[in-house]
Amino acid sequence: MAHDTTTADAHAEHEHHELPTVFGFWVYLMTDCIIFGSLFAVFAVLHNQFDGGPTGKELFEISGLALETALLLISSITYGFGMIAAHKGEVKSVMMWLAVTFFLGLGFVFLEVKEFAHMIAEGAGPDRSAFLSAFFTLVSTHGLHVSCGLIWIVTLIVQLAGTTAIPERMMNKLTMLSLFWHFLDIVWICVFTYVYLASMI
Amino acid sequence: MLGRLSFADIPVDVPILVGTFLGVAVIGITVLGLITYYGKWGYLWKEWFTSVDHKRLAVMYVVVGLLALARGFADAIMMRTQLALAYAGNPGYLPPHHYDQIFSAHGTIMIFFMAMVIMTALFNLVVPLQIGARDVAFPFLNNLSFWMTTVAFVLINVSLFIGEFSQCGWLAYPPLSEAQFSPGVGVDYYILAVQISGVGTLLTGVNFFVTIVKMRAPGMTWMKLPVFCWTALCACVLIMVAFPVLTVAVALLGLDRFLGMHFFTNDGGGNQMLYLDLIWAWGHPEVYILIIPAFGVFSEVVPTFSEKPLFGYATMVYATCAIMVLSFLVWVHHFFTMGAGADVNAFFGIMTMIISIPTGVKLFNWMFTMYKGRVEFHATMYWAIGFMITFSIGGMTGVMMAIPAADFVLHNSLFLIAHFHNVIIGGVYFGYVCGMNFWAPKALGFKFNEAWGKRAFWCWFIGFYFAFVPLYVLGFDGMTRRMNHYDNPNWYPWLLVAEVGAVMIFFGIVCQVTQIYVSIRDRNLPGNVDVTGDPWNARSLEWSTSSPPPPYNFAIIPHIHELDAFMHDKENGIDTRHAGGPYAPIHMPKNTAAGFFIGAFSFTLGFGLIWYIWWLAAISLVGVIATVIARSANHDVDYYIPAEEVARIENEHSRKLMAQAAE
Amino acid sequence: MSTDHSAHSESGHGGAGAYAIGFVLAVILTAASFMIVMGHSLSPSGTLMAISVLAAIQVVVHLIFFLHMNTTAEAKWNNNVFLFTLMFVAIFIVGTLFIMDNTAAHMMSR
Repeated sequence: MAHDTTTADAHAEHEHHELPTVFGFWVYLMTDCIIFGSLFAVFAVLHNQFDGGPTGKELFEISGLALETALLLISSITYGFGMIAAHKGEVKSVMMWLAVTFFLGLGFVFLEVKEFAHMIAEGAGPDRSAFLSAFFTLVSTHGLHVSCGLIWIVTLIVQLAGTTAIPERMMNKLTMLSLFWHFLDIVWICVFTYVYLASMI
Repeated sequence: MLGRLSFADIPVDVPILVGTFLGVAVIGITVLGLITYYGKWGYLWKEWFTSVDHKRLAVMYVVVGLLALARGFADAIMMRTQLALAYAGNPGYLPPHHYDQIFSAHGTIMIFFMAMVIMTALFNLVVPLQIGARDVAFPFLNNLSFWMTTVAFVLINVSLFIGEFSQCGWLAYPPLSEAQFSPGVGVDYYILAVQISGVGTLLTGVNFFVTIVKMRAPGMTWMKLPVFCWTALCACVLIMVAFPVLTVAVALLGLDRFLGMHFFTNDGGGNQMLYLDLIWAWGHPEVYILIIPAFGVFSEVVPTFSEKPLFGYATMVYATCAIMVLSFLVWVHHFFTMGAGADVNAFFGIMTMIISIPTGVKLFNWMFTMYKGRVEFHATMYWAIGFMITFSIGGMTGVMMAIPAADFVLHNSLFLIAHFHNVIIGGVYFGYVCGMNFWAPKALGFKFNEAWGKRAFWCWFIGFYFAFVPLYVLGFDGMTRRMNHYDNPNWYPWLLVAEVGAVMIFFGIVCQVTQIYVSIRDRNLPGNVDVTGDPWNARSLEWSTSSPPPPYNFAIIPHIHELDAFMHDKENGIDTRHAGGPYAPIHMPKNTAAGFFIGAFSFTLGFGLIWYIWWLAAISLVGVIATVIARSANHDVDYYIPAEEVARIENEHSRKLMAQAAE
Repeated sequence: MSTDHSAHSESGHGGAGAYAIGFVLAVILTAASFMIVMGHSLSPSGTLMAISVLAAIQVVVHLIFFLHMNTTAEAKWNNNVFLFTLMFVAIFIVGTLFIMDNTAAHMMSR
């Protein structure tokens, strides 16, 4: 614990008013959820506005989508293993699982950037039609969140390096990143269902 | 190197702006000089700018809010003066280009930087004290929120002197706000200022929501929570739900402008009506975010100065929650004329009318609280009673416009302008001024001067009717909003009356400034200084602390058994403070400069984006991320106030209390 | 502190077993969605309905096994906030589609 110099009395006071950090982060995630909800609403309204340009059916490839989805799903369980290791206090193991998760996430972002670059090169960039504006904005907002998650993972690996135990504050950080990472998975379920698969029907 | 910024963007050819700049420069240099002369920079930095103490942040929020009021009101009186002049061939003194910027800035500043900021100030000052907490849930984020809001306000004022501001109204409707029709930097200033302040507001919402849900004193169950905290809670829920939608709406407009996308453009399959849908899905909850805390203020003030408990506490709580939920279901009434069918308009019209029922419940509750009470006509009660009258009228005109058929006549006329000023001045502003007068002794340790407070009230109250009743008439007479000049002789006399009203409101503001000056000057007079911490014989926990409260608020966290906990304790001879201890060391957050630096980097990020100075934007973005990471690596974030220090502060206050009682 | 966490890790945070169950379910549900779309065996509206149901189930699976949502008293406010958010998102999406479709129909803008 960070405050082992304090008296037992003060500690009890502190326990009583323990800061609800993780709950606060959960509340913040819910506001993020509303951002995605709004973007889905925008996509739903604009999904037929092709302006003579390419449609989703012509643009989307199911193999790339399947690979992206697989990477994200596997990264979920690897992060889960990291959390299990964290609860056991095994710092080395946590760092290893975080690194694995990082590379899976990086692979996802790489595939997404490649897909975007390919579409833009074909003349199907976000400025082509309202449909493509909505598509790029929604999917890249998710991708931007994943990228923030990657920065966060690196930060935590660096902060963990050289330590031997996981204090409460670090545990809170790992738990919050866990919520963040799994939440992005849920958003991705909605993305591949309503943006990609629904366009390919 | 400087993107699209060049010397030609400095409006040296507009005398009004040059004069304003000189005025701001003289005042600014004087203030900075005085701070340097008295060597107060270190004090300001250590005790205020980096402070995470919610009471200090409250005072800083009020300062920013009052500056925004001055700026917003200057815009208002310039518009009224223009319309009092620009009749029958006279072009007035404001060309359309400048006039359009003024009405856009007036709305944006009054909502985002006056009303929201003073509301946040009241949350900061009152909520932790009323629930018996030592601080908010996330003190650092609280400081960060303040700086995000403040730099956004600075950014919007920079547009006065570098470039221009938006000319598209306070909500920047496309397609006018698209790059095709507004190629300048004005709309970009609007977008960045709204986004940066939006981050601050969202964090405030999350922070106070978590504070109220998780940090109430032991025993304070939901139905023992003071009404102001209930209203703060509902406003925070609305913030958390509505502000992300605003972020999306304005971000999509920005993507259209910066990256050539087609969300709301005329071509490419874009849909302007989608912007209306998005922005009002935020905009309607937003007006309830503003008014609900004002209802909370009156629910504290009216019982205190009627010396009675609030009539119908439970109905007040349910009414607040009902208004909160209903406010999600009415947003179309801002665009009935957009072209949706009778089914859509009828649904949203009926939902809008239903909101007047819980609001009516509240008005009756306040009146029944006063009924057979010993009403003391204190300055705060003036604002409360003035509110009840004015807000009722505004509410009734609102129900008129909730009828879609009537709205087709009244939409975007001055009737609408009169309506929303009627509820925002008569409701929100009166409420916040009432709250500032009520809680000033708690924040500062001395009472506000009453005579000047009452003078301010009469100027505002009468000035309001002179300024806005003519607008109702003009709306019926067909005058639309945002007009620069006109030829209709019937309108002219009414606009002269409105100008008189605006001047009276100006005197109201002068009275308020005088009130603050006189109150500070006379702060040590025996009648003004607040020794007991409970100058009004009030009911809730914040008055059980000294004024201003110690950094930790409560040396011993009180246990709550009743609604109106402090009044209950006073009546039953219980010492809420537990004077004499035993005291334990108190865990407190340390001050931090991280919020200031994130704010400063956000400012340069915004400025870089507005002017296409990409290197500045990139460096600033890296700066924001680096500051966040550095903050997360910092373990030196808290400290303990030793028990002896707590005992010393508490005994000092006890001694003052006893001396006061002996007199 | 770390011992504290391992003590209640089995109940509150889920062990390796819970993650494995969640992962297997997620893989099955995702694969089912992809196969329904690639197989073209259902009508378009039937396909949309089917993948919507699968997505909804998968979201619940993730919430329970990965985000560890539960009905304990401790998690009450997490659930309240979540349900309220869900309600608002539903109001907003349904409302937006109602308004915009109706407007498009009346304005003949589609």
